[in-house]
Amino acid sequence: MTTTTSHSPAIAAKGLRKAYGDKTVLDGIDLVVPAGTVFSLLGPNGAGKTTAVKILSTLVTADAGDLYVAGHDLAADPQAVRAAIGVTGQFSAVDGLITGEENMLLMADLHHLPRAEGRRTAAELLERFDLTEAAKKPASSYSGGMKRRLDLAMTLVGDPRIIFLDEPTTGLDPRSRHNMWGIIRELVSDGVTVFLTTQYLEEADELADRIAVLDNGRIAATGTADELKRLIPGGHVRLRFTDPDAYRSAAVALREVTRDDEALTLQIPSDGSQRELRSILDWLDSAGIEADELTVHTPDLDDVFFALTGGTKTSSTKTDGAKNGSTTTGSTKSDGAKTSSVSLPDQSTKETLR
Amino acid sequence: MNALSLAVRDSNTMLRRNLLHARRYPSLTLNLLLTPIMLLLLFVYIFGDVMSAGIAGGGADRSEYIAYIVPGILMMTIGGTVIGAAVSVATDMTEGIIARFRTLAIHRGSVLIGHVVGSVLQCVASVVLVGAVAMAIGFRSTDATALEWLAAFGLLVLFSLALTWIAVGMGMASPNPEAAANSAQPLILLPLISSAFIPADTMPGWFQPIAEYQPFTPAIETLRGLLLGTEIGDNWWIAVVWCVGLAALGYRWSTSSFNRDPK
Repeated sequence: MTTTTSHSPAIAAKGLRKAYGDKTVLDGIDLVVPAGTVFSLLGPNGAGKTTAVKILSTLVTADAGDLYVAGHDLAADPQAVRAAIGVTGQFSAVDGLITGEENMLLMADLHHLPRAEGRRTAAELLERFDLTEAAKKPASSYSGGMKRRLDLAMTLVGDPRIIFLDEPTTGLDPRSRHNMWGIIRELVSDGVTVFLTTQYLEEADELADRIAVLDNGRIAATGTADELKRLIPGGHVRLRFTDPDAYRSAAVALREVTRDDEALTLQIPSDGSQRELRSILDWLDSAGIEADELTVHTPDLDDVFFALTGGTKTSSTKTDGAKNGSTTTGSTKSDGAKTSSVSLPDQSTKETLR
Repeated sequence: MNALSLAVRDSNTMLRRNLLHARRYPSLTLNLLLTPIMLLLLFVYIFGDVMSAGIAGGGADRSEYIAYIVPGILMMTIGGTVIGAAVSVATDMTEGIIARFRTLAIHRGSVLIGHVVGSVLQCVASVVLVGAVAMAIGFRSTDATALEWLAAFGLLVLFSLALTWIAVGMGMASPNPEAAANSAQPLILLPLISSAFIPADTMPGWFQPIAEYQPFTPAIETLRGLLLGTEIGDNWWIAVVWCVGLAALGYRWSTSSFNRDPK
């Protein structure tokens, strides 16, 4: 690694634009990723995440923008950028016709490693990614998780200092996903800069130092996970009733609440701390209110995401969220400003957004 | 590392990858060999007596017809083998691995050069195989000198190179391997309307230009002359011009589509 990269950011983009025909995919985005950090580009399908990765990894040329990766101008010296980066795309970039080991040796040869070093690197990475046993089998016979691991192992040949991961866990089962997170954390502890795209808020929350929310080709917000969460009000305790009479009397007794008469639920603003919960419970006891269900909701990235990317759902569409109870967004909208609509992202509605 | 040694090294790596594919999955190459061998046997043993009636004023026997047909069959073998190149290029382009290659600091052209060199080597191997079958059923060259053998070999390699670049261009332009196999089909059909099976001057007058003005006929006539001592005339340089022209065209076509931004 050259010394310049330790001072300048690993990735810097200013005014990045890309259009395919008359469809604008990236509409002037600015990004700065300091070296040695994890940056996550978060957004729904079609937001332009993959296009951003393709451009920054030299695969596609941008229409406009000052783009620097590893201190090199992307337009002027793509080959120098390529020497510094590793890319794992959304679709598996392994050669299915040859074995896992042969894939690794192919990468070693393309990085011009001496023969012995190439063999050693290949063996080490196969071992590290738990692929030693499958090394002699054709890559086409690998499971989805194994292919991803081989893909990433191939990316790490040549020891790139900046790694692009385009939706590295999409389509993986929960165990494989957690394994992948562990691998990514290891990379970061080695000082590698990671540029990650994901549509999973949890993933960005888990891994990223900084997150940019991409929506419709623009950066809707950027910051740490906590900073983004602070953008959105909405921590609350939710009380659900089955008896309409109990609901009505509770609603009258508790004035400072948001009512949902259809779902028979009440929302009390709260930061979710133990102290506040106890005082709410005491209050409910003294008022003689007994709810059928009580859930605590703290704002998470889901709320931020739906608020920023203009989620189209409203709380009145379904009551599933109330039953599900755990991930309800509550924008109380007391200020009457243009707050995004409230969403009830139960599992099925979240799926449709992905 | 300077640009040339980088190019050689990366192309060599890509070549080894392609040869590994061919070795692991020989069925594609072997299938493509079936057509010329089948046609050779069919024309010699089934149609042979009738076909030879059209050669040398009707007095030819079977061995003379074998001699007549083999140069064309060898060229057809090349036309068939390069279909494999079109298919494997198209297969590569539909896979994520190409995106990986594009983001590596390797010689830009090495991916295609690896395919081309691999295909030419496969063509040579196929020609040797089909040639061995021809020898087995009685084909013999008539007093070809070492120099003529060398020239024949050079012609076969040059012709392979030309058709391979065209096939690679077809593979690049095809959305999937099946489409590539279809669009490269003319490369094995073109010999049927050349002088491979019957002399062009025995064809209907209106058809003769079609047989005359295409790459196979001059290449076949040249090979025939080198191996069997028939009249070559202008055919050798016409064949060379065809080859160089097709190779240059295929090269431009392939590299420009490779350098275009992927979708």
